[in-house]
Amino acid sequence: MDVFACDVLVVGGGGAGLRAAIAVAETFPSLAVTVISKVYPMRSHTVSAEGGAAAVIKPGDSLDEHAYDTISGGDWLCDQDAVEAFVREAPAEMVQLEHWGCPWNREPDGHVAVRPFGGMKAQRTWFAADKTGFHLLHTLFQTSLKYEGIRRHDECFVTKLLVDDSRCQGVVAIELATGQIQAITAKAVILCTGGCGKVFPFTTNAAIKNGDGMSLAYRAGVALKDMEFVQYHPTGLPFTGILITEAARAEGGWLLNKDGYRYLQDYDLGTPELKPVLKSMELGPRDRLSQAFMKEQEKERTIKGPYGDYVHLDVRHLGEQVINTKIPFVRELCLKYAHVDPVKEMIPVRPVVHYMMGGIHTDIHGATPLPGLYAAGEAACVSINGANRLGSNSLTECLVFGARAGKAAAAFASGQSEPNPAVLAQAHDEQRRLEQQFLFKAGGTERIATLRQAMQEIMEQSAGIYRDASTLQQAEGKLQQLQERFADVALEDHSYTFNTELTAALELSYMLDLAQAIVGSALQRRESRGSHQRTDHPGRDDRQYLAHSLARRSGDGSPRIDYLPVKVTRWPPGERIYGR
Amino acid sequence: MPPTIALDVIRYRPERNEEPSFQTYEVPFRDDWVVLDALNYIKDWLDGSLSFRWSCRMGVCGSCGMMVNGQPKLTCAAYLSDHQPGPIRVEPLNYFPIVRDLVVDITEFLRKLTKVKPWIIRDQVWPVEEGEYRQTPAQLDTYRQFSQCINCMLCYAACPIVGLEPEFVGPAAIALAQRYNLDSRDEAAKQRLKILSDHAGIWGCTFVGECTQVCPKHVDPAGAIQQFKLTGALDALKSLLLPWGTR
Amino acid sequence: MSDLSHHTRYHPRWYRRRMSVWWWLKNRAYSKFVLRELTSVFVALFAILFLWQLRALAHGPDAYAQFTARLKAPLFLTIDTVAFLFVLFHTITWFNLTPTAMVVRVRGKRVPDKIVAGSNYIVWVLLSGIVAWILTRG
Repeated sequence: MDVFACDVLVVGGGGAGLRAAIAVAETFPSLAVTVISKVYPMRSHTVSAEGGAAAVIKPGDSLDEHAYDTISGGDWLCDQDAVEAFVREAPAEMVQLEHWGCPWNREPDGHVAVRPFGGMKAQRTWFAADKTGFHLLHTLFQTSLKYEGIRRHDECFVTKLLVDDSRCQGVVAIELATGQIQAITAKAVILCTGGCGKVFPFTTNAAIKNGDGMSLAYRAGVALKDMEFVQYHPTGLPFTGILITEAARAEGGWLLNKDGYRYLQDYDLGTPELKPVLKSMELGPRDRLSQAFMKEQEKERTIKGPYGDYVHLDVRHLGEQVINTKIPFVRELCLKYAHVDPVKEMIPVRPVVHYMMGGIHTDIHGATPLPGLYAAGEAACVSINGANRLGSNSLTECLVFGARAGKAAAAFASGQSEPNPAVLAQAHDEQRRLEQQFLFKAGGTERIATLRQAMQEIMEQSAGIYRDASTLQQAEGKLQQLQERFADVALEDHSYTFNTELTAALELSYMLDLAQAIVGSALQRRESRGSHQRTDHPGRDDRQYLAHSLARRSGDGSPRIDYLPVKVTRWPPGERIYGR
Repeated sequence: MPPTIALDVIRYRPERNEEPSFQTYEVPFRDDWVVLDALNYIKDWLDGSLSFRWSCRMGVCGSCGMMVNGQPKLTCAAYLSDHQPGPIRVEPLNYFPIVRDLVVDITEFLRKLTKVKPWIIRDQVWPVEEGEYRQTPAQLDTYRQFSQCINCMLCYAACPIVGLEPEFVGPAAIALAQRYNLDSRDEAAKQRLKILSDHAGIWGCTFVGECTQVCPKHVDPAGAIQQFKLTGALDALKSLLLPWGTR
Repeated sequence: MSDLSHHTRYHPRWYRRRMSVWWWLKNRAYSKFVLRELTSVFVALFAILFLWQLRALAHGPDAYAQFTARLKAPLFLTIDTVAFLFVLFHTITWFNLTPTAMVVRVRGKRVPDKIVAGSNYIVWVLLSGIVAWILTRG
């Protein structure tokens, strides 16, 4: 076993992780910071974000309006102190990224350009064509290379948090290329491992989005907050689930049902206009748009396809010039992956799992209840996203809370003593567990893919856009059975070198935990709010559920749910109004 | 019987094999499947021990580059239907050491990338409170193309110089250096020229041009390198004619 | 675990492929590239021939007549034809590559590649015309 020591360890090399690492390097240059990631940082899923990142910059806009849009968009489940901090720090973070070289689109006079986005009352979404996440990630990664203090462990897969003395003191990881087990001790650990869209079958998320960090924290006794809130993006390509950015609608695209009718007007989202209107119709929030699709499907006004029903996203009227300059990636993706040219044809789209509003329970500094453990980005739940995240808030969240968590973790680390030697014994135990349960394991009858498929089907049936008690209860039982079947998983690959069957098995075990947390949280919340719609409890219930759910892992592995009241500062719960 | 297609896939497990060899798998043929879907089918249902990298399946993470019938390709964008009737030959990217099966070692690339200083360098750094640096759309256009590199390494696998001269910094890293050189916010073009003015740098390139041909993002690294050479040559000429310099 | 003598756990040996000396035959683009590089030999040949011609000219009309007579020998004609074809290939490939090496901007817009490459051909034809005119006039 290799043993490494550092002061601050960042798990995950996406937007939040790299921002956190740079924050540590800039604010406490004397601290040794390490970024560990199961992929090379530039492969992280931040790369796939398309539309943009929100921050108030233009005259006529205000921080309060950004806060209000975010809070009402989140159906009042956001912590308002967190949202206020978020909108306040967002502009400086975005300018900082500009200074680091991000190729933001510009106005003719050289100032940064912004575009409209769903659920936002003003134009405040910064964008780099429709590859914003790609540019953001590569800018951060390339900038991170200049800090000699930032050390990287690329392609190392974390399997356990080292916790001793009620303090997180490092991780155990497998170096994929060699199979070597690493114990990395740290005075503070920041989890920036993204969401877990892969618990669902049909998702925009990349293969690596298995909620590793969420599960690591959950197993270490930290609560997962608001896990029942799963965002469906209204426009994904059927079969592949490839994201067609909201920017396509922000630039003026229409959603049409099989009759060519802009059906959103039937769902209290406003009246159709030729030009896009902010917070109206196609620029409504994602939860409402995805729900409208389901209602259209019930009315049999969607189009039947080999991969389920779909509707059309029509951008043809924008013209080739606008499509090529504002949403070139949309065109590239449609041509390559759907064999459709959006300049001439309508794009088939359907709702697709996109984002976890929930995640590791943190305060507004990114600190979890476990001392020494921090989290940021999609893996964390601060919460600024509440019951439904607004498009273009998540990239900004990675920057603002990545930086916050980095600074907080660095400050914590600089006041800590060296990790206890006892954690190394834990690391040895973990090595033995990995070898016995996986690497040396003979026999077993269950295929990883069979179990994963079963889990994904259960999740789609029970925890999709509309839910009810009986299917959720059934899902609980089925997931418990899957957990038991997982113990009998068969592994063909006993190699130490780049063993991706081993990582697939570990990822599946992470996802099974999270699937249980999602279903358990969804079952307990007997109301409908934002992305969580219960057909058996259709109304919002602020009296009982103006509160975050906290899922903790109990002894038998099942989740135990508590509630924590939402922090309300200036915006008492009200009605969500779009298009009126 | 539903149609199938054969894949001849390179296997190499350092514990067991002296050298790589092909293994053939028969997978279902579907019109909308890409080579990566076929590999995942193998991994899930036929042989769990096959190792390869992949992630986004939308051509932007840069993980899944492999040689498909001898050509470097993103396997998420290489349709089975374009390679009928098969068998389709799937190999790890050319010129990189093979770690295992279809996985290659790219640590050298990371070292080379860092060497060219791919970040903004300037004498006067504005405080964030001063707002953004101004950059017109025309200035953005000069480097935008070179900023599209996803580090997928296809250009390295297409470049024989990379194979012949392992120290060669290579297409993607030089294109990224040029991306920063051309950025109106950056002031370190001279530094990067100094780093790259040798046979491991721009002068190693003999303009085969294949890097540009295989680039899935139309970055045109060959163009970047030739333009870099032009600046380098003019710079050398200037210092020859005006040795006392004007800088 | 390991069946191979060279292999030690945690320190597996990456497999490094050797490049065959025939690498340039494996791919059409590579062959074309090597051919293009090869053309430089013939460009040099033409240059030497030209220097030789100058030398003959300097030695007076007799020497020059002897030189031109020698050029008419079948061996020289063959070499000349082959060299000419290679130089033609050289010229065309490099002309076509100019837009990659040179980005020309007029009023902020990039001049299309075809125009950059095409202007080379126009200059070529013009220069050849002038030379032909000078020759035929005399």
